[in-house]
Amino acid sequence: MTDKVAPVQSFLLDGKKVLFQADETILQAATRAHYYIPHLCWHPDFPAHGSCRLCSVKVNGQTAAACTVRAAPNQVIESDTEELNGQRKRLLQMLFIEGNHFCPSCEKSGNCLLQATAYQMGMLGPHFEEFYPDRPVDASHPDILLDFNRCILCELCVKASRDVDGKNVFSIGGRGIASHLLINSESGKLADTVMALDDRAAHICPVGVILPKRRGFAIPIGQRRFDDKSVAQQAQGEAS
Amino acid sequence: MNPLVQAVLARYGADPHSLVQIFRELQQLQGWLPRDNLCQLAAALGLTLAQVEGVAGFYRFFHTHPVGAYRLLFSDNITDRMLGSEALMKDLCRRLGVAPGQLGDDGLVSVDKTSCTGLCDQGPALLINYRWVVTRLDAERVARLAELIRARVPVAQWPAQWFEVQDSVRRADVLLAAPATPGVALAAALARGPTAMLADIKRSRLRGRGGAGFATGLKWELCRQAPGVEHVVVCNADEGEPGTFKDRVLLSRHADAVLEGMTIAAQVIGARRGLLYLRGEYRYLLESLLAVLQRRRDDHLLGESILGHAGFDFDIAIHVGAGAYVCGEESALIESLEGKRGTPRIRPPFPVQQGYLGNPTIVNNVETFCAVGAIAFYGGAWWAAIGTTESTGTKIHSVSGDCERPGLYEYPYGTRIDAILQDCGARDTQAVQVGGPSGMCLSDSEFDRRIAFEDVPTAGAFMVFDSSRDMFEVARSFAHFFAHESCGFCTPCRVGTELVARRLDKLAAGHGSGDDLVVLIELDRLLHSASHCGLGASACNPLRDTILKFRPAYQQRIKSTHFEPAFDLDAELSIARRMTGRDDADAHFENES
Repeated sequence: MTDKVAPVQSFLLDGKKVLFQADETILQAATRAHYYIPHLCWHPDFPAHGSCRLCSVKVNGQTAAACTVRAAPNQVIESDTEELNGQRKRLLQMLFIEGNHFCPSCEKSGNCLLQATAYQMGMLGPHFEEFYPDRPVDASHPDILLDFNRCILCELCVKASRDVDGKNVFSIGGRGIASHLLINSESGKLADTVMALDDRAAHICPVGVILPKRRGFAIPIGQRRFDDKSVAQQAQGEAS
Repeated sequence: MNPLVQAVLARYGADPHSLVQIFRELQQLQGWLPRDNLCQLAAALGLTLAQVEGVAGFYRFFHTHPVGAYRLLFSDNITDRMLGSEALMKDLCRRLGVAPGQLGDDGLVSVDKTSCTGLCDQGPALLINYRWVVTRLDAERVARLAELIRARVPVAQWPAQWFEVQDSVRRADVLLAAPATPGVALAAALARGPTAMLADIKRSRLRGRGGAGFATGLKWELCRQAPGVEHVVVCNADEGEPGTFKDRVLLSRHADAVLEGMTIAAQVIGARRGLLYLRGEYRYLLESLLAVLQRRRDDHLLGESILGHAGFDFDIAIHVGAGAYVCGEESALIESLEGKRGTPRIRPPFPVQQGYLGNPTIVNNVETFCAVGAIAFYGGAWWAAIGTTESTGTKIHSVSGDCERPGLYEYPYGTRIDAILQDCGARDTQAVQVGGPSGMCLSDSEFDRRIAFEDVPTAGAFMVFDSSRDMFEVARSFAHFFAHESCGFCTPCRVGTELVARRLDKLAAGHGSGDDLVVLIELDRLLHSASHCGLGASACNPLRDTILKFRPAYQQRIKSTHFEPAFDLDAELSIARRMTGRDDADAHFENES
């Protein structure tokens, strides 16, 4: 890679000037500028997916996903507005009710991006009726548990396993509301794949689907990633 | 390896991009796709088993479990229902001793519903083994059909008149008039040359007939200018919009015109490869289309040095879909052509820049290609003189529902809704769904509006509802259609379409409240603004239009103005009653009214 060219162009995000580099998306530039735009399926190490739609912003008045839209000079972008945050809350509620999410007993609680973002958006209840789908867990692997009840179909595990680990352990199956994660083995079980605990895919899940076995509540709830600082505070403070 | 798998693989040169076609042919031979076949295919195609399984699981016409020697699917468009399809299906299930959607114990037959099969002008329609269609079902046909199945008579030996598909052209204008001699329009285009031909398409101000109305000339120009090793012409014949059947007729009667339009496009953008995406429901048209393709090759209208023009080489292959409405979206269609799940792509890049296998690709509707042929022959100025300023030329409407003469009606753009209603013999009309569920629902106060991109745009469906129809049930049927057809990629469409369908079922079950309407209106806004593609963005159109224009149909289903739960406490106890074998009064909640 060649040295990055210093940012020269800018767009306006919620009234603030944000500089961007060539080929950056709005979300990439905003993240680099320590500006928080809620998102779940986007990860800085992977190409944009665009499925969760939480990062939807208004670009010159038109709604679009910030993770997929290229930054362009003089764009006027709205993100932190009552309307868009209200929309995000509804999208989060949809993700909660289509799966089975019981935060108090979930090992990922406090480290979960879905939970942290729901707090950030002021979600206080499900709003919609729960679907309570029947999604059996896959506990076949000696070191890794898969609890599909929490899957939000971000496909980060699919990408990490394929592009980083070179193992192609995951894929997406079904359609519509029956879309689900598939495991690449004749039995369909994780035990019959080459997945290992030190794979990138084992640590990429933003929610609590892919969990290491025999490690329960090693860090108590209350001292976890999002317990101290909210997801927005971390984005505003941490980004490199 | 299973010899059938080997034979089909060989026919497709073990190309992973042919996976959807390989599945289709294998399933036609065996009735379903056993898991060991998927394993063998994955190994042979260089894909993972999960990828192969993911593709099989996406398309409604592929089965990884047995579905019986006879697979009977009732077309479930609202127009089929209006013609009595639900009662006929119930009757057929009773006669065959099977439950809807379930395979009988003897493994002989399964009966289910499928999205609109594009036979609304001659429904109720039945799709059999993804290969045959029976039109104009009635009680007598159902009774006879059940006998034939029980006697295990092969479908090919059933009465031939059952499979008759009529073209029913009721009003022909420039496109539906007697077909021109094959090759004449192409010769005119070749005489003009690609640059002049493109200029003429732009002069005609032709806009795409698939619904979005993008300027055809601009699309072709962008593709022509896009750098790439190869350019590709794709014809979108995935006519999935419920209530639309014009492409079915064009492909039956005017196949030459469609293929000729594609060939002219190839000349303009510099393509060697053409692909026609034929919806799986129209599989019965495949043989006749292949014959037309062969005849055109024999007549030097396809193949190498077309009409003697050295260097102009172009040929067309047909890709048959497998039950996925979303593949009508052009980027999903390209994914499907590449043998993948039909999930719409992130755009940009647009197909004109990076489409089929990354090559600059134009995707145009069947009717658009027909128009191209006419423009090549008569000229762009001639076309631009028909219709309105913003909507030039004619439009073909698939008219169905409550009218005396369903069928195809071709009118210049600018034609009033009430003129079409009068011509088709519609009486006491309450509403018209123009452009299908993703289009607009018009009430009688709007029948003076005109068909045009600037007023009432349409992809071709024109479903008529008289005053006896319940517009709530129309909206509910469309809501189930979208939930059934959502690809499941993005949150708002995947979950939202399901929420809308369940909410409307709640109202239908008599548990409606004012709060439900608030939530439904909110869902419409959310899906419209946050969805990844047009399917999600338009999925609530029928809901929004009917709440706005037929409010009493909703109001009469609302028990209270406040919250009303969707569940019924007494009904929830039914499992406990079954387990304990009790059904006395004390095992029931008292119903408070």
